[in-house]
Amino acid sequence: MDVQKIRKDFPILEREVNGKLLVYLDNAATSQTPVQVIDTIADYYKNYNANIHRGVHALSQEATDAYEGARQKIQKHFNAAYPHEIIFSSGTTHSINIVSNGYAELLTKGDELIVSALEHHSNIVPWQMLCEKTGAVLKVIPMNEDGVLLISEYEKLLSDKTRLVFVNHVSNALGTINPIAQIIRMAHAVGAEVLIDGAQASPHIKVDVQALDVDYYVTSAHKLYGPTGIGMLYGKTSSLKRLPPDQGGGEMIAEVTFEKTTYADLPHKFEAGTPNIAGGIAFGAALDYINSIGIEQITAYEDELLNYATNALQKIPQLKVYGTAPKKTAVISFNVKGIHPYDIGSILDKLGIAVRTGHHCAQPIMDYYQIPGTVRASFSFYNTFEEIDSMVEALKKAIQMLQ
Amino acid sequence: METIQEAQYEIVEEFSMFDDWEERYEYMIELGKSLPLIEPYYKTDDYIIKGCQSKVWVHADLEGDKLVFTADSDAIITKGIIAILIRVFSHQHPDAILDAGIDFIDKIGLKEHLSPNRANGLLSMIKQLKMYAIAFKTQLN
Repeated sequence: MDVQKIRKDFPILEREVNGKLLVYLDNAATSQTPVQVIDTIADYYKNYNANIHRGVHALSQEATDAYEGARQKIQKHFNAAYPHEIIFSSGTTHSINIVSNGYAELLTKGDELIVSALEHHSNIVPWQMLCEKTGAVLKVIPMNEDGVLLISEYEKLLSDKTRLVFVNHVSNALGTINPIAQIIRMAHAVGAEVLIDGAQASPHIKVDVQALDVDYYVTSAHKLYGPTGIGMLYGKTSSLKRLPPDQGGGEMIAEVTFEKTTYADLPHKFEAGTPNIAGGIAFGAALDYINSIGIEQITAYEDELLNYATNALQKIPQLKVYGTAPKKTAVISFNVKGIHPYDIGSILDKLGIAVRTGHHCAQPIMDYYQIPGTVRASFSFYNTFEEIDSMVEALKKAIQMLQ
Repeated sequence: METIQEAQYEIVEEFSMFDDWEERYEYMIELGKSLPLIEPYYKTDDYIIKGCQSKVWVHADLEGDKLVFTADSDAIITKGIIAILIRVFSHQHPDAILDAGIDFIDKIGLKEHLSPNRANGLLSMIKQLKMYAIAFKTQLN
């Protein structure tokens, strides 16, 4: 893997912030976009912008082919059995809401849902709303000090009342890789379905939905070097057939009369209205880009970055890393004793270092550690060891100013 | 007692002595240490300007027809910002507080804190100070 060559594909990495060369370490919030993806979007609008699935004219045909081609790329990338198992959505949050809205009609009072303590708000709030609507009960898999889920406690929560389990593949706040294969097997053993939030895992590790035997897997293109506003809901054919559609409109129907409407087949049943066509095509281009590097190579290199950064940060006095699971992606959450994470983030920004500070939309985790938030550095394959050195130097300066 | 305009001018003058952001931030952190601190029993949710980053508590009281502010924050840069605002807006008549502009923020090189991206940024603090001014103005009338 030639990092310097890869960096040339990302024009934004050449810009300066506050007079310093940008060091972008907020990849868990959104990843940067390679020129190949940017060009794909421009090419669509320059050359074949048209509405899909409807027109008989050439442009519409070309746009439809490109959009459906992207669906097949996504299918192949995540090893889904069929293209129709890939539903385009506006992103992870939308994908989760498609399932939670559909489930409103599948649940009855007293049914149980299981969530983990490590979730992003987007994988908590839709389910709380669902519980309010249906009278279902939400149970929480606890975690330990390392940020690792307690599987023995999970086992106790499972019962014949459990309908659905939803857990992230990787925690956005701590980087913990959850044992989802095991979580899925255990849920299936009691007849429950499983939704995995893969927003933080899919950019970093190989995901094979068939090998996992997962019922729903969701992610966003903008975490995967694609554009914002597009994502996917993978669902097993049988699950998606059972799930009622959450939105009505064009595209998602087979036949409409004022007496009755029949829904279209998969995937269109969940894709009402004109979709984000350029975004969908660019999502496919982003996966092409990732595969041109190789997801295994990406994982291996990012692991090196994580180890290097962890070692360097742990040498800083009074710095505490939150999330010390044995299996992690390249995310480090930390605080320095006596200093608010917001103060550190502000000074790092002045030095051209982009990190995230705050609760990372995972307040239950912050409550667990009884902290207002953390500083989070999250890495990508285009980051370098030199950039980590710059971050550490900047952090030392921030500490000196703030202590 | 100086006017809000005079207080703003004075702060702009002080900040103009610094050449770079580091000195400005260091001075801001210094100013935070001289912040008139809110009484601990007011550090409750009723007095908080809540956002997703740092916490800021502000309390206001009337002294004659002037508003006097006290505050605190759990982040020291935020504490510096609220200290600057209180230096400008405290001991002023509610009408003066409501009429005051905030151009001086730009002039002291803290424009980035005006971004709506900064929850608990300057804008929500100024809004809160002005809300107090509205409330106490009604009381005065």
